[in-house]
Amino acid sequence: MAAAEVQTHKTGGMGKDVAVYVCLLVLAGIQFVIAYQDISTSQMFVRMLSVALIEGGLALLFFMDLSENRGLRWFVLIFTVAVILGMQYGWTDSFRLIDGVPWAK
Amino acid sequence: MSQADLSIHGQVSRTGATEIMTAPTFSVPAKKMAMWLFIIADSATFAGCLVAYGFTRNATPDWPRPFHSITNVAVMTLILLTSSLTMLLAIRSAQRADKPGAFRWTMITAVLGVLFAVLHLREWMGMISEGATLFHNPWGTPLFSSLFFSITGLHLLHVTGGVVALIAVGIRYQGGRYKADDLEIAGLYWHFVDLVWMFVVPFVYLMNLSH
Repeated sequence: MAAAEVQTHKTGGMGKDVAVYVCLLVLAGIQFVIAYQDISTSQMFVRMLSVALIEGGLALLFFMDLSENRGLRWFVLIFTVAVILGMQYGWTDSFRLIDGVPWAK
Repeated sequence: MSQADLSIHGQVSRTGATEIMTAPTFSVPAKKMAMWLFIIADSATFAGCLVAYGFTRNATPDWPRPFHSITNVAVMTLILLTSSLTMLLAIRSAQRADKPGAFRWTMITAVLGVLFAVLHLREWMGMISEGATLFHNPWGTPLFSSLFFSITGLHLLHVTGGVVALIAVGIRYQGGRYKADDLEIAGLYWHFVDLVWMFVVPFVYLMNLSH
């Protein structure tokens, strides 16, 4: 994208920003609806996480302008995924713990 | 070829040695890159807190679900999301060199941040009046209160810091000491605070809603 186009985009209308804002409000509303669903904790966790990831992605791409910088986008994505994967050690250990305690079925 | 030409050319093509030497990392100015590195590090902190919360919740039987109403947290979410939009309005105004507009929207964002913090403290006071403290929980395991106050407290600390930063940057931008880029960097931080809240709400509040 040429510099002039970037400048035009940056100083352009707020249409896209408002659209993303409305999307975020709707997604937040969906999370509140999920909270009242009669489902298991694990199902609720998966649904909540999915919606939160979409919300976070939208905020990163459009509010924080990552959609305009490919290099930085990959840097943030790879670094974040590496951190989250590293934390999976804690999660798997958590399940090992719960299977080893007296109340485990 | 002028410096400005090189800078523009560097974003279009990266084949020449001169362009590589003049282009900053990821074509992002150093100050903005520093904020991104801070955001990445801080997101690891929040991710660590939330994973620790998940670990504890998963390993604790009879995890309490003390929240009866979601009205307060819904209003807080609406305020924080709206503050992100007003921050964007401030940044777009600054990019158009509309100084009064940028200052006005920045201050509106700061006011929304203060409102969020007041509602947050009101909710905390309600919980404390019911007997919940950092080390005591009337609904069961004390770990719930510890994690709740720690995670939401850390977020509230970020909001408070963000409000102070917005006011300081807004005033200095209005006075001509800071540029639009500086306001944009403050905005990045504010959006990050909003982003964290999108993960705190479902896991700390909504999944602990009593049915």
